[in-house]
Amino acid sequence: MTTTFLEHVRSRLALHELRDGQGQPLLILHGLGERSPDATPGAVQGWRGPIFALDFTGHGSSSVPVGGGYTCEALMSDADAVLAELGPVTLLGYGLGGYVGLLLFGSRPTEINGLIIMDGPGLDGGGGRPTSPRLLHVPSSHLDGSTPDPWALAELTSDIRPPSYAVDHVRQIQMMSELDIAVCVASLGRPEWLTAILESPVAVESDVAAALATFAAL
Amino acid sequence: MSNEIDTIRSLLPQAQRPDRSRRVDVGGLEVSVVEWGDESSQPLLLAHGGFDFAGTWDLFAPLLAKQGFRVVAWDQRGHGDSDMAALYTWEADMRDAAHVIESLGTRKPIPVLGHSKGGGMMNQLAEVLPHRVGAVINLDGIPNERGFTNQVDRSDMNALATELNAWLDHRRKAGQMSRRADTIEGLAARRKLMNPRLSNEWLKYLVTVGARCDDDGWRWKIDPTLRFGPSGAWRPEWSIPRLRGLHVPYLGVIGTVKEEMGWGTTPEEAFPILPEGAEFHALADTGHFVHIERPDYVAEITVDFLGRVL
Repeated sequence: MTTTFLEHVRSRLALHELRDGQGQPLLILHGLGERSPDATPGAVQGWRGPIFALDFTGHGSSSVPVGGGYTCEALMSDADAVLAELGPVTLLGYGLGGYVGLLLFGSRPTEINGLIIMDGPGLDGGGGRPTSPRLLHVPSSHLDGSTPDPWALAELTSDIRPPSYAVDHVRQIQMMSELDIAVCVASLGRPEWLTAILESPVAVESDVAAALATFAAL
Repeated sequence: MSNEIDTIRSLLPQAQRPDRSRRVDVGGLEVSVVEWGDESSQPLLLAHGGFDFAGTWDLFAPLLAKQGFRVVAWDQRGHGDSDMAALYTWEADMRDAAHVIESLGTRKPIPVLGHSKGGGMMNQLAEVLPHRVGAVINLDGIPNERGFTNQVDRSDMNALATELNAWLDHRRKAGQMSRRADTIEGLAARRKLMNPRLSNEWLKYLVTVGARCDDDGWRWKIDPTLRFGPSGAWRPEWSIPRLRGLHVPYLGVIGTVKEEMGWGTTPEEAFPILPEGAEFHALADTGHFVHIERPDYVAEITVDFLGRVL
């Protein structure tokens, strides 16, 4: 595994190349509180292209911001920094990484060659509708600069994910990507946003092997 | 240089810099807090709008201080003299507001006043800390179902794609960005585009307090990585029933002339959603910056209101 660091806004992002290969790159996005795997996960061993994994801001070997302020859009921007570095990729996201992958695909619909959504921490976020607002608190003794950043854990388990917002993104994929099948849902979990995007003809339920085969053929 | 600043400020003798300033730790970052008026007086917290800073209260705050208030304002993170952050959210701004209240040294409920985004924040503060908020004055920060005037129409696919792409493109370059250097007149002219109803004298005054003078010219202090958008998942209509649910003395003031930075809420939309018993003023021939266009009148109704409810 080799790691390079991307300077992005005020973050230093760790991008790991888990394995070299020939063809389309695969980018793995981890779940909430996780970090990139040290080695190629068994589920993606069959992928022929290079395999990369990104540590989001506040996770793994990436830098830890001061004072929180996490949003899924900011993490989407982290993943977009990888697009700027590598060019088009296929995305495989666990939990939070699956949702962030959807946001990025909807925002850069011609630069993503398929998204696979897997189970993992942070798949649900804070649900589809706002609940009672509250001031989140993290004791200062917990903020020692290590990862995962407690602010990430606190803020990204309460971010709201309305189904309509996810549908806005999958609609952009449907209209602007050239893929007939663009999003493969390989998770058992079905938060509201994920159920909603499966209404789109470009999003299908699929096991990970079939999904990888679909996108590898592009 | 100081002669130029003195000349500009002398044209607005009613504007006054704060009497005191200090810094407050908000969890690793520091925000700049400023105060006008006697330190032993009744505190009144002011929350500025997006892309503004505490110095935008220099006309309005002294009028309240003269009426016996300890007027406290802070620069939101990334704005004015506060620290820049790596990440920005509404919720983090809310936490910072709570830290500023905590720094006042009193557990008694205090009145809060916010303009635009600051008004929306104070609405939420009264919900999450009802025991710390004694009254709310909201200056042109009352929500409507359409959101901000500059918010994209999500039903327009091209508009959404354009917004998201522009925001991501900005982020790709943001780490290397600095605000563009210019003359005082140049910065004032650029701000005029977003604040078209405010006088050139006031906008030049703002440069002297909200910008810094570098070797190559003046730059706004605001964090260059900040940018409008993306609209995100939040829907403006969600805040409407929350407003109705506040049980705190409430004064709503809106300007009736639509402009770039305003939310476009009409009196017909605003009044029915205000808390029960709220007082409401819709100001004719006044834009979004009600406290800058009509500082004396807005201060008068604010002091009158607080005199009756505190």
